[in-house]
Amino acid sequence: MALDKQQIAQRIAQELQHNWYVNLGIGIPTLVANYIPEGIDVEFQSENGILGMGPFPFEGEEDADLINAGKQTITALPGACYFDSAMSFGMIRGQHVQLTVLGAMEVSENGDIANWKIPGKMVKGMGGAMDLVASADNIIVAMMHTNKAGASKVLKECSLPLTGVRCVKKIVSNLAVMEVLPEGGLKLIERAPGVSVEEIVAATEAKLLVEGDIPEMTF
Amino acid sequence: MNKVVKNVEEACQGIQDGMTIMLGGFGLCGIPENSISELVRKKVTDVTCISNNAGVDDFGLGLLLQGKQIKKMISSYVGENDEFERQMLSGELEVELTPQGTLAEKCRAAQAGIPAFFTPAGYGTEVAEGKETREFNGKMYVMEEAYKADFAIVKAWKGDTAGNLIFKGTARNFNPSMCGAGNVTIAEVEELVPAGELDPNEIHIPGILVNRIFKGENYEKRIEQRTVRQKS
Repeated sequence: MALDKQQIAQRIAQELQHNWYVNLGIGIPTLVANYIPEGIDVEFQSENGILGMGPFPFEGEEDADLINAGKQTITALPGACYFDSAMSFGMIRGQHVQLTVLGAMEVSENGDIANWKIPGKMVKGMGGAMDLVASADNIIVAMMHTNKAGASKVLKECSLPLTGVRCVKKIVSNLAVMEVLPEGGLKLIERAPGVSVEEIVAATEAKLLVEGDIPEMTF
Repeated sequence: MNKVVKNVEEACQGIQDGMTIMLGGFGLCGIPENSISELVRKKVTDVTCISNNAGVDDFGLGLLLQGKQIKKMISSYVGENDEFERQMLSGELEVELTPQGTLAEKCRAAQAGIPAFFTPAGYGTEVAEGKETREFNGKMYVMEEAYKADFAIVKAWKGDTAGNLIFKGTARNFNPSMCGAGNVTIAEVEELVPAGELDPNEIHIPGILVNRIFKGENYEKRIEQRTVRQKS
């Protein structure tokens, strides 16, 4: 069975390490915060200007002056702090945030990512994504492996305007976990429970290295 | 030093058609609501707005878009603003999409008298087209220039008569970096107190970066994405 969005987030949460500062993008990445492994203490940065972001507020306790980068109302945990946008991206560019998780429309086998524009059809804007992918050391992409028509979104080369080049380190899709090799090309690390290597290869346009037995993800 | 003007009309005096205006806020959070209403009322047109977003269809800078008052938007995110996306795709509105951190830094650079800087954001993408790139320590960077704006309009939580400002929560966002980044900086605040009442240790932006300050009225503070959790 291919993973649903919650399970993709749950799998990515296994990558979290103690004392990391983490930036979660909009969509599936936001869900990662629901699955922090026990014993792991991480602090979430939202690039509009908060470190120590907490869960959504209880009804009636929403504060219009306290939102995340997805414009959702949030809370601040003890020890949280607020800062301006220039400072926020200073900590991102300065590589003080250990992990960035974001969504993608397409990724390529050398780690390029496209997620902000479909020429002539849709332009959401890059928001903070270009700064994040150009700066962060560790970038994990959360995405569906194929589009609604079944075509691969894990490509030899991105067809859409790029957000960043050679920056993605790992891809967690509904079918597989893949690593971007330093020399280019992807390596299959894990498959979704019940999904075969052949199914993953068939859904992947990019060069995919498959070595030995590929274990199923465990939750 | 007294920076107080009596109301929003006086604060926005001198804003004319064709000018470039920076406006603070992220989404609808921390936007200068009073000044935006005044720009709508004054019917200034052909303006270039530097602001991370353009509000929503019927609030924030979306109001200026509706009135076709904006010639060009410089933003990082169009997001869920249908009118913005429509005007952009149809070519009615000129749009310069800029990475969010670059946008913030271009404001800060203008504030700080730095004409340009190098950032890795956008290298290898269409954002870097036509711009100087350079390698530092094995990594490629794009040169970005400071903004030039006629007016910078910000919203703060508290301010004093000397123009010192304190922001609240994530309503801080782009507001501090825009102070002093335009020829004239207007600050609208929820609470305006006499100089001396704010603790100097708590001030986020020194009054030297603010030219005009006034107490705003009737803040709506609309929430774009109200998200809550249930009490278990």
